[in-house]
Amino acid sequence: MDKRLSIVVIEPDPERAAPIVDGLREIGDHDIRIISEETGLARHIAECRPDIVLIDLANPSRDVLEELALASGPTERPVAMFVDRSDEHLTRAAVEAGISAYVVDGLRPDRIKPVLDAAVARFHMFQRMRAELAATRAALEERKVIDRAKAVLMKARGIDEEAAYALLRKTAMDQGKRVAEIAQQLVLAAGLLSCR
Amino acid sequence: MPLTPLRLGYVPLIDAAPLIVARELGFAAEEGLEFQLLRLGAWAQARDMLGAGLIEAAHMLVPMPVAQALGLGPALPDLDLVMFLSQGGQAVAVSAALAASMREQGHDFDFWDARKAGLALHRAAPGRLRVGVPFHFSTQLELIRHWLGACGFDPALEVVTVPPPLMAESMAAGEVDAFCVGEPWASSAVDRGLAALLLPGTAIWASPPEKGLVLRRDFTESQPQLTGALMRAVWRAGRWLDEPENRDTAAEILSRREYLDLPAELAERGLTGRLQVTPLGEIRHVPGFVAFHAGAANFPWKSLAAFFAQRIALRHGLEPAPAMEKAMAHFRTDLYRRHLREAGAALPGASARLEGALAEDREVAAEKGQMILRADAFFDGTVFEPPFAG
Repeated sequence: MDKRLSIVVIEPDPERAAPIVDGLREIGDHDIRIISEETGLARHIAECRPDIVLIDLANPSRDVLEELALASGPTERPVAMFVDRSDEHLTRAAVEAGISAYVVDGLRPDRIKPVLDAAVARFHMFQRMRAELAATRAALEERKVIDRAKAVLMKARGIDEEAAYALLRKTAMDQGKRVAEIAQQLVLAAGLLSCR
Repeated sequence: MPLTPLRLGYVPLIDAAPLIVARELGFAAEEGLEFQLLRLGAWAQARDMLGAGLIEAAHMLVPMPVAQALGLGPALPDLDLVMFLSQGGQAVAVSAALAASMREQGHDFDFWDARKAGLALHRAAPGRLRVGVPFHFSTQLELIRHWLGACGFDPALEVVTVPPPLMAESMAAGEVDAFCVGEPWASSAVDRGLAALLLPGTAIWASPPEKGLVLRRDFTESQPQLTGALMRAVWRAGRWLDEPENRDTAAEILSRREYLDLPAELAERGLTGRLQVTPLGEIRHVPGFVAFHAGAANFPWKSLAAFFAQRIALRHGLEPAPAMEKAMAHFRTDLYRRHLREAGAALPGASARLEGALAEDREVAAEKGQMILRADAFFDGTVFEPPFAG
């Protein structure tokens, strides 16, 4: 039977590290560690002696790993070489997902692939979650501004909520803008005009 | 006519200026291009994204495509350097503690005499010296090894990779005693009271090529028009940048939130060559601290590919002769001539030369008329003779 792989995930954001680790747990009983601090990276890696290191493509500490990869002799074995050289498709998928992998030379491709596949899937999922969360937040924010703009109109013009919204929407259409933009402008103007 | 989008990666440093200026001042649009600039966090990221085709071109450390050519990186499609973006722009800094002991022993921080500074550093740090550089294949590493090697530091010298934004932290944490990094990161460490500037890169080597514009070879072959348009836009931006009166404006543009995101005053120091060398506020003026155009600064001499290849090969146990041969094929003087001739770039007669031979700027014969070459001497008089390049 193959021995357990030692996998290190370098990720300062715990929210992001957790789903990646979960994803890796699902593919087998591997020894998985997270390194979150940026300083002393070389020392931490040397202590863990990992088979595979996973790190965000854009993490500045990658440049430190590159040096370790080049410096590692056969006996030290911290990390030896970049993304698996044999599979161009997998490499591209990893780069697109925003992940880079450092793999000890000589590790069999059939052992690397599931790890990378799992990591790539989780990175994609995390990116999607982040985008969805940001969209939800923005929608919520817009909702609040529109409610405030409606309140301003209801008070100033003595109209009901429905009429206020209709007025906002008509103005937005006439100006070729979004309702939220018009609402934002109205709230800003109302703030300037009220001399409190 | 709609503009053709091109995705370009850059790492936030003052020498990304040609790409940013080409976009902001319309040099790209003039060539029918829309630059989509992606700010990157690591040099390895620039290389990998370029290799995977997620960007069309990258702002890259000049020795990186050399290392790729020697097989010292991941397996990626061929990467070619089509022009230099900048020369100089680096500064060497020492920790506040080292600076204090050097000053006690009489060093005056003239920010120019590399031999004097090296010997003073040796006296102040007679044992081990740990120096941070931004990448394993960088001009900074070559400058440090060359300079300190000539000042008697081998083998007590330990050169380690530290990402530029972490240089100051790693000095504060006692992990490095000195570093060599591109601006604005050296000035930033001075401002935080953690370091003093000892030398500009140009005091060690008068014209150290620092960043290059790197493309995939298959792109230069399948898209010659776009390649030419890109090179001309960037080349014109460099020409604009080397008008001294434009450097303040450039600092304003670069410092914006979407680019370097720092105070304009900090970017201005490197761009104008007026650097504050100590936390006490001492200013030193270095003409030509960073060059983007003047003196044929953009011409990708094959002899410089050979220079870096020889040094990298020797450190990694490779045969220097074939390494130099391989690297020279990746510095595309042919594309430079083909695409920039019509834009009016001065073109030297040869594509390789003796490196380090010019103590002063010199007027030489060009393809048409005369041209001025920047001084490129090493502080210790080293001259590098490349293998014959046809």
